Amino acid sequence: MEGRCAMRKQLMIEKGAKGLFLICASLSVLMVAIISVFIFFKGAPAMFKIGVLDFIFGTTWQPTAEIFGIFPMIVASLLATALSVAFSTFVGIMVAVFLAELAPKRTGRVIRSAIDLLAGIPSVVYGFFGMMVVVPFVRSLLGGPGNSLMAVAIILSIMVLPTIISISVDAIQAVPREYKEGALALGASQIQTIFRVILPAAKQGIIAGVVLGAGRAIGETMAVVLVAGNRPAIPQVALDPSLGIGSFFTNIGLTITGWLGSPVRTLTANVAMEMSYASGLHQEALFATGVVLFIFIMILNLIVRLVVRRGNGNA
Amino acid sequence: MRNSIKTRRKAKDGFTYGIIYFCAFFTVAALIAIVGYILINGLGGINWEFLSALYKPGLGQEGIWPMIVSTLMLIGLTVIIATPIGILSAIYLSEYAKKGALLELIRFATESLSGIPSIIYGLFGYAFFVVVCGLKLSILSGALTLSIMVLPIIIRTTEEALLAIPQSYREGSLALGAGKLTTILRVVLPSAIGGILTSVILSIGRMVGETAALIYTMGSSVNVPQSLMNGGRTLSVHLYFLAKEGTDMGQSFATAAVLLILVAFINFLAKSVANVLQKRNRG
Repeated sequence: MEGRCAMRKQLMIEKGAKGLFLICASLSVLMVAIISVFIFFKGAPAMFKIGVLDFIFGTTWQPTAEIFGIFPMIVASLLATALSVAFSTFVGIMVAVFLAELAPKRTGRVIRSAIDLLAGIPSVVYGFFGMMVVVPFVRSLLGGPGNSLMAVAIILSIMVLPTIISISVDAIQAVPREYKEGALALGASQIQTIFRVILPAAKQGIIAGVVLGAGRAIGETMAVVLVAGNRPAIPQVALDPSLGIGSFFTNIGLTITGWLGSPVRTLTANVAMEMSYASGLHQEALFATGVVLFIFIMILNLIVRLVVRRGNGNA
Repeated sequence: MRNSIKTRRKAKDGFTYGIIYFCAFFTVAALIAIVGYILINGLGGINWEFLSALYKPGLGQEGIWPMIVSTLMLIGLTVIIATPIGILSAIYLSEYAKKGALLELIRFATESLSGIPSIIYGLFGYAFFVVVCGLKLSILSGALTLSIMVLPIIIRTTEEALLAIPQSYREGSLALGAGKLTTILRVVLPSAIGGILTSVILSIGRMVGETAALIYTMGSSVNVPQSLMNGGRTLSVHLYFLAKEGTDMGQSFATAAVLLILVAFINFLAKSVANVLQKRNRG
């Protein structure tokens, strides 16, 4: 009788514990839900008050005149992300190949530690470094203020590198050894094996890493604020209208350097700069900026999940 | 003929090797450039006075003591809030959860949490903890916000540690008549203690570096916080304001150097714990 009672008590404790574990695990779900609902709830009304299209495609941001258009910031965020991800994808894959296939053990360990440290440096330190070193560099290279799209892209490139490298290394190492051995046995050189066999087989993992890196770049705030110049306008470049074929290329060159050298403001910087003093519709518009950023991030998240799932399905 | 193809291939391969080595070199050089630049310019500014003085620029006191206190209080409170939730979640995921919709949902949620940018956490923390919950700009608001942010790190790392424990440990314990809960508490968790420790250390690294989520939840007060309901500035937030004002670069460099040293130390600690553990498990 007593034994039975003890057993029942034991069973209840077991069940209670399982319930507690489940509740904790569900907290993550709850938090994602609350965060999404809150950001949308705070931001959506402003979007409708301003007009969704005027808000997203409007090119003027003048809180004092109650004009809220974030198109220049969307462009800046996307451009900075694209530039930095393009650069770090190339460098990142090369470094991942080096670590996974070529590096001697000890060298590999040193570089891995370097990458871990690179990932751990606080973003505000990156921003400070950018402000002191990269901005003057861009100023001397392109002229203009130096606080610019190019400075943002350079800093972001270094910041997303660790993400892309570490995920790509995992993907490359997950490729079955037989693939490599088969290619080598067929007489392919090491380089051919890597670029024709191993990398294609690791494609999905690498893509996931690149997309995650893009998420990190588009969401980065403090490093960007310190080097971007934060002018909420689409760069205007004065072109020479007398288009000979020679000056046509000159104009393209001018346009590109003009864009790269212009100060920009990203979505994240918009929120970080103005939250401290905003109120009323202005504050709501900043939350709406957050909504747009959030949507971009969710799209990237979904892409990662789709890529990874397809990868699992194939294996 | 064959020879020329071979030499061409060799040249092409050689070129590719060159690019690969250059990229690896570039990555390490970038790290050395950043760390070297900050340390060379910042180490000279770090002294006892700088570490222990209050921050009252008007009175000639320009130390970082208040920021050190704020940072430590924030870390302490966040660890207390986030660690238990993270560990219990990881236990559920590795020991109880069965494949299915619920597990997928939880995984999706933790992945989403780790993907949300910190400025969004800042917005949320401001709207929810500061305004709706009425916690004001305080260390508590900051810690609650950060707890959500670091949850995915703790869950993932702990779960990996739990999954790495051989199934035979659990079977042995169960065969001896221990219940599932007893097995988890007495056998599984103790064997995973190193992994759990690593997860906490990693999450502390994240807290030290965080800025965007804290400016609008903890504020930027330069006083030494007297309680968890006071606002305060962490070292990272302090560096942000110093850099933005741009008046005293010496202080900015010194603060950045302190941050770098802290982060490197935390990194080293996490690695050592993991290494010790690996050796013990192998031995």
